[in-house]
Amino acid sequence: MISVNNRDKVKWHKAMTVRDLLQKMHYSYSLITVTVNGEFVAKEDYEEYEVPDNAEVTVFHLAHGG
Amino acid sequence: MIEIEKIFERNVPGVRDILLKKTVAVAGCGGLGSNAAVALVRAGIGKLIIADNDVVDLSNLNRQYFFIDDVGKKKTDAIAVHLKAINPGLKLVTHFIELTPGNVPELFKEADLLIEAFDWAERKAWLIQTWCTHFPDRPVICASGLAGYGNTAALRIKRSGNIVICGDEESDMSMGLTSSRVAIAANMQVNVTIEILVNEQK
Repeated sequence: MISVNNRDKVKWHKAMTVRDLLQKMHYSYSLITVTVNGEFVAKEDYEEYEVPDNAEVTVFHLAHGG
Repeated sequence: MIEIEKIFERNVPGVRDILLKKTVAVAGCGGLGSNAAVALVRAGIGKLIIADNDVVDLSNLNRQYFFIDDVGKKKTDAIAVHLKAINPGLKLVTHFIELTPGNVPELFKEADLLIEAFDWAERKAWLIQTWCTHFPDRPVICASGLAGYGNTAALRIKRSGNIVICGDEESDMSMGLTSSRVAIAANMQVNVTIEILVNEQK
């Protein structure tokens, strides 16, 4: 099981990538920042970066303003 | 002759000594950056590096730490005057420059921590990426979702690894911006910064 934002649980499968996870959760790529077990994952790596089972994933939303 | 340390007499004991040795970079000097810079200086930070490529506009005064006499000036110049008027002993480096993934690592290489104070979300995204790629062991304190008014309880702090996000993660600046809400987000960033910098010394 993968935990997303300390709140949502997502069923893990072997070789699940960040992209797979984001698609499952219906996140669009733009304007988010992703970490897996506290490590930042660059956008260009989403297709290849494999999320391990029991990972804690954070998806921060970036809103305009500052 | 001003005794600089008397400025910080009312600080929590020990905090000034730690902050004095630290350098914080602030990317952007608008609603978030100008307020964060002021709070950091008042808290006793030793050195700040601030970058922005904008000039002060009248419409900035509803939330940014500028005054009528600053209108038309470079934000980096205007803020320098205000910060030095709080602590003349502050070490301050300012860059009137558009930050890019290419120049951020060089301009901010001395910083122990980065405060992300951009407005556009796309810029926040690349700044976080650039920082985490070049300096993965150094914290970046971001802000996302600080628009509208009221709704204070929605402003939260979330952390993962070396990334911290302050804000509600959804309100967009097109809703309008309020002095207090923006300043709360900026001060949350500073409060977290102080906590991190002090705790890493212990």
